[in-house]
Amino acid sequence: MSGPHKVWKVGADVDTDQLAPGAYMKLGLADIAQHCLEGIRPDFAPGVRPGDVLVAGANFGIGSSREQAAGALVQLGLKAVIAPSYSGLYFRNAFNLGLLLLTCKEAERIREGEMVQLDLPGRAIIRSDGQRLACDAIPDFLLEMVEAGGLLPRLKRRMSSRGVHHE
Amino acid sequence: MSKPESSAQTLAQKLIAKAAGRASVSVGEIVNCQVDLAMFHDSSGPRRLKPMLEELGAQVWDKSRIVLVMDHYVPEQDEDSRRIVRIARDWARDQQLPHVYDSMGICHVVLPQKGHLKPGLFCVGGDSHSPTGGAFGAYMFGIGSTEMLGVVVTGQIWVRVPETYRMRWDGRLQAGVTAKDMMLHMIGRFGMNGGQYQAVEFCGEAVQALSMQERMTLSNMSAELGAQAGLIAPDEVTRQWLEGIGVRDIEVQGWSTDEGADCVTHRFDASNLVPQVAAPHSPANTRPVQAFEGTAVQVAYVGACTGAKLEDLRAAARVLRGHRLGQGVRLMVAPASLQDQAQAEAEGVMADLRAAGAEVLPTACGACSGYGGSIPDGANVIATTARNFKGRMGSATAQVYLASPYTVAASALRGRITDPREVMA
Repeated sequence: MSGPHKVWKVGADVDTDQLAPGAYMKLGLADIAQHCLEGIRPDFAPGVRPGDVLVAGANFGIGSSREQAAGALVQLGLKAVIAPSYSGLYFRNAFNLGLLLLTCKEAERIREGEMVQLDLPGRAIIRSDGQRLACDAIPDFLLEMVEAGGLLPRLKRRMSSRGVHHE
Repeated sequence: MSKPESSAQTLAQKLIAKAAGRASVSVGEIVNCQVDLAMFHDSSGPRRLKPMLEELGAQVWDKSRIVLVMDHYVPEQDEDSRRIVRIARDWARDQQLPHVYDSMGICHVVLPQKGHLKPGLFCVGGDSHSPTGGAFGAYMFGIGSTEMLGVVVTGQIWVRVPETYRMRWDGRLQAGVTAKDMMLHMIGRFGMNGGQYQAVEFCGEAVQALSMQERMTLSNMSAELGAQAGLIAPDEVTRQWLEGIGVRDIEVQGWSTDEGADCVTHRFDASNLVPQVAAPHSPANTRPVQAFEGTAVQVAYVGACTGAKLEDLRAAARVLRGHRLGQGVRLMVAPASLQDQAQAEAEGVMADLRAAGAEVLPTACGACSGYGGSIPDGANVIATTARNFKGRMGSATAQVYLASPYTVAASALRGRITDPREVMA
């Protein structure tokens, strides 16, 4: 069980141009993160704190393969994104960067500013009034990636323990 | 969700099975695939991969299977762009990469031009429009840079075997109606995540009647359907095109969805399709052009992998030949590759566009990605590109409409959104 986590809420169809605007893509992640979602929530990047969660509507992360759209949220210290559905490409990028995405059909019920807890083994989000919202199961190997901090740390671990040879 | 293995396989299943070293695979299974080709560009590639490879102390698994294309930050506009492109060029040289295409065009168009794609391959690209490769009967999809690191080090990637949604187009497109209109219609109907990250397969007589470049437009915008891949079974059109550019050992037979394979089919009638327009700020906000007729446009953009290939340039020229742009309209044309541009020059297509008042921009992703050239604030823009998200093209207040090259050209001519069939002879 983790939390409580403060909720930031955005709508449906939040795309990668909102999460990592094109004009800043030439800069590093720290700079991109400062402009994350500024087109729809200018208070988000300056106000978010490590451990907060982002609750979104359907189709979160549609658009580009730019992983900075997930990286920016990792940079800002987000604990998880909670939404009823995601772009499949964004889904892969997020887990590869160690960002936890929870698929919750009833995410819409959660309110801006609410404090929620996450029960990952129980696959549920617990609202401030105790209501449990069910989440989809996440394959173990993806959870391991979140725990490791993403694919890069995981590769590092595997390579140092086995020694990778290239023919 | 795993279904019992069936002997009837979809094209997607067959392509994945081959890459996974299996006779067949079931929808829902997670399998590890050997990657035949990994493509990335100056934005998604070396500037991200180099530091991660150094951190791992790892080497590229097989340089012959890597393609690097410089298309996002070229031509370099500022110090950041120069730095990014320099990193890419230096790394390519240090790694002695055999396949590097620098400022020759947009990766999804250059890749097949240079003979890297053919039926049966399993490929990944560091760009969301990588599904363009599906037009050649290859399983190709877009991935982020960290995922690409995994591929570059191991030569493998996991996939969940997708369901297949077949988009069957019967009939034939009318004059002035294109693959772009077909895609906008489908995205309008199914939405930006309608593909559910599964495989979409385009089929039917109207698809078979399309040229390779038109097929590329379909596969390209599978990204906007939210599909992982946008496949078109190869046929004699595919074979002839590939043979024409010197590709050998082309397998067409067998790379198709079996009769009785488990899939969902949606049917469409190409004969009744009218030109489509997607209004701000989503490709799914699509209606027939009539719904937006009369909307004033100040900027028209013929560019991007989606809409500035040779045939797209020809389409725009056909509408504009002998005419001048409407009052107060700016038309920018950024060809998708040097090869398309050269051929268009030879045919007089570029001359026709310039004579009409078009500004020709360098071949590159340009204004589509909002990385470089900017679109004026508050302008109504009509573009042959794939995405019109708010702020994407560089201005937070521009209103971007998406359409075919015919429709974009006709709108540039009249200064307002126009059904191209009205102006075509």
